[in-house]
Amino acid sequence: MTDEKVIEIINSSLAEEFELDIEKMVPDALLKDDLGLDSLDRVDTVIVLEHAFKFKIREEEAIREIRTLGDIHRFVINKIRDLGEA
Amino acid sequence: MHMKRVVITGMGSISPFGKGVDVLIESLKANKSAVAVVPALTEIKGLRTMVAALATNVDPKEIPRKFRRSMSNMSIYATLACHEACAMGRITEAHCSSGRMGVSIGSTVGSPIATHDFYKDFLPDNTVENTRSTFFFQIMNHSCASNVVQVFGIKGRMFAPSSACSTSTQAIGYGYETIAFGKQEMMLCGGADEFHPLSAATFDIFNAASIKYNDRPHMTPRPFDRDRDGVVCAEGSGILLLESLESAVQRGVPVLAEVIGFATVSDPTNIADPDVDSIESCIRKSLLDAGVAPEEIDYVNAHATGTIQGDIAEGNAIKRVFGNRAPVSSLKGHLGHTMAASGALETIATISMMNGNYMIPTLNLDHIDPLCEGLAHIQRLEESHIEVAIKNNFALGGVNTCIVLRRYTHD
Repeated sequence: MTDEKVIEIINSSLAEEFELDIEKMVPDALLKDDLGLDSLDRVDTVIVLEHAFKFKIREEEAIREIRTLGDIHRFVINKIRDLGEA
Repeated sequence: MHMKRVVITGMGSISPFGKGVDVLIESLKANKSAVAVVPALTEIKGLRTMVAALATNVDPKEIPRKFRRSMSNMSIYATLACHEACAMGRITEAHCSSGRMGVSIGSTVGSPIATHDFYKDFLPDNTVENTRSTFFFQIMNHSCASNVVQVFGIKGRMFAPSSACSTSTQAIGYGYETIAFGKQEMMLCGGADEFHPLSAATFDIFNAASIKYNDRPHMTPRPFDRDRDGVVCAEGSGILLLESLESAVQRGVPVLAEVIGFATVSDPTNIADPDVDSIESCIRKSLLDAGVAPEEIDYVNAHATGTIQGDIAEGNAIKRVFGNRAPVSSLKGHLGHTMAASGALETIATISMMNGNYMIPTLNLDHIDPLCEGLAHIQRLEESHIEVAIKNNFALGGVNTCIVLRRYTHD
C-alpha cells in the first residue's frame, strides 16, 4: 500500500467517524485545537485505525505523543512498514 | 414554611406523530393513530406483537456531534424536546448556567439499543476491543438528564427518576417539589424512551401486549374497551419547563398552567399487577397535596394502556374518587405507550386541553368494557372548560404517580 493510500484511508476513516470537514484535514492540523478531538475521541481514534488497518496499537507508547493529523499519518505508515518487515 | 407556586412555561415533544408540540396536539385532536406494523418485529421468534408507534421526523444531526456522540435515541429525543421547551420558555444560556436551573429527566432503562450493540460484539468473541469510549454514557441510567445538561450548560440539580411508565410524572413531581421548596427556580422535567424489541417482548411475555390487531394496527391499543388486548409500545420524549411563578412573572413569559399537587406511592401488593387501592390512595394524596376536593376536578387524563387488568384497576380507582362526574380519557389509543415519556407527553396534551377548552376522547373506545363502566368516558372530541385536571400514571414494579394541574389565570 502506498503512503498516499494510507493517508487517504486514515483521513476518510476519521472524517466519517468524527464528521470532520475534509478541507481541514491537513497534516499540520492539531487534533484538539483544529479538529476538535478530545480525550474520548482519541480513544476512539485508536479503534477506528485498528479497524481500518487490521492491527493492534492501543498499547503503543508512541500514540501518546501524537498531536497532529500528520503525526497519525507517520505513525500508521511506520507501523505498517514495521509489520511488513517483521 | 413558605412554598413557592410552580408554573409551566415551556413544553417540548418528540412523539410518534413527529417533532413538536403542535403536531402532537393536531394529531390527537384529529383522532389519528400513530401505531403501525414494525417489520423487524415479525422476524423475532416467540414475539407475537408486531405493532408499535415509533418516533418520526427526528434529525439527530440537529445536535452537534460533540454532544451527540454520547447519546442514544432517547437522549436525542430528550434534547430536541428540551430545545422546544426552552425556546417556548425563552430560556437563555445565562439561565442555564446560573445554577438556578436544574433537570429532572428519566427513562425506563439506559439505552437498550447501545446495550444490544455492546453484547453483539462482546458475546461472540469475548472482546471489548470494538467498544467506543462513549458507550457508557448511553447505557447509564441518567443518560438523558446528563446529556441534556451537557448540551444546555445547565449547572443546577440533576435528577433522573427511573420508574418505567411513571418516570416522567415522577420527574415532573420532583421538579415541582424542588422549585416549591426554593431549591431551584426552573427545572426541565420529563422523560424519554427509545424503542427496542425488548420493550414489546417485556409486555408480550406477561401476556400484556396487544397481539390481535397486527393486521389492523390503528385499532389498537383500546383503552377501557371490551375488545382490548394489551399494550402497544411506543417511544419519544416529553419535556416541561417548570418555574416558580415569581420567576415567570419577573421574566414576563406566558404561563401555560400551574402545577398544584403531586403524589407518588409504592405498591407492594404485587410487582406486576396494578392495585386499585394503591392507585386510589395516590390520587387522593395528590388532591390533598393540591388542596382541592374531588368535586373540583374537571378532567382525568388516565394512564389506561389497554391492558385487561390495568384498565379495570385504574377505572375502579377513578370511580371511587370521582364517581361518574369527572370526564376521563386516555391518549394511549393515539400514541401507544411511550413509556417514560408518556406522563409528560400526556401532561402536555392535558395542558393544551385546558387552554383550548376541549377534551380529547379515548381513541378505539367503541364498546366500554362492563368492568370499566361507571366513568364519564370521553368518546368524542368535546368542548369543555377545564379548570383543574389530574394526570395519572402507574408502572410495573409498583410505582403510582399523580399530578394535579390548574389553569393559570392572573391573580
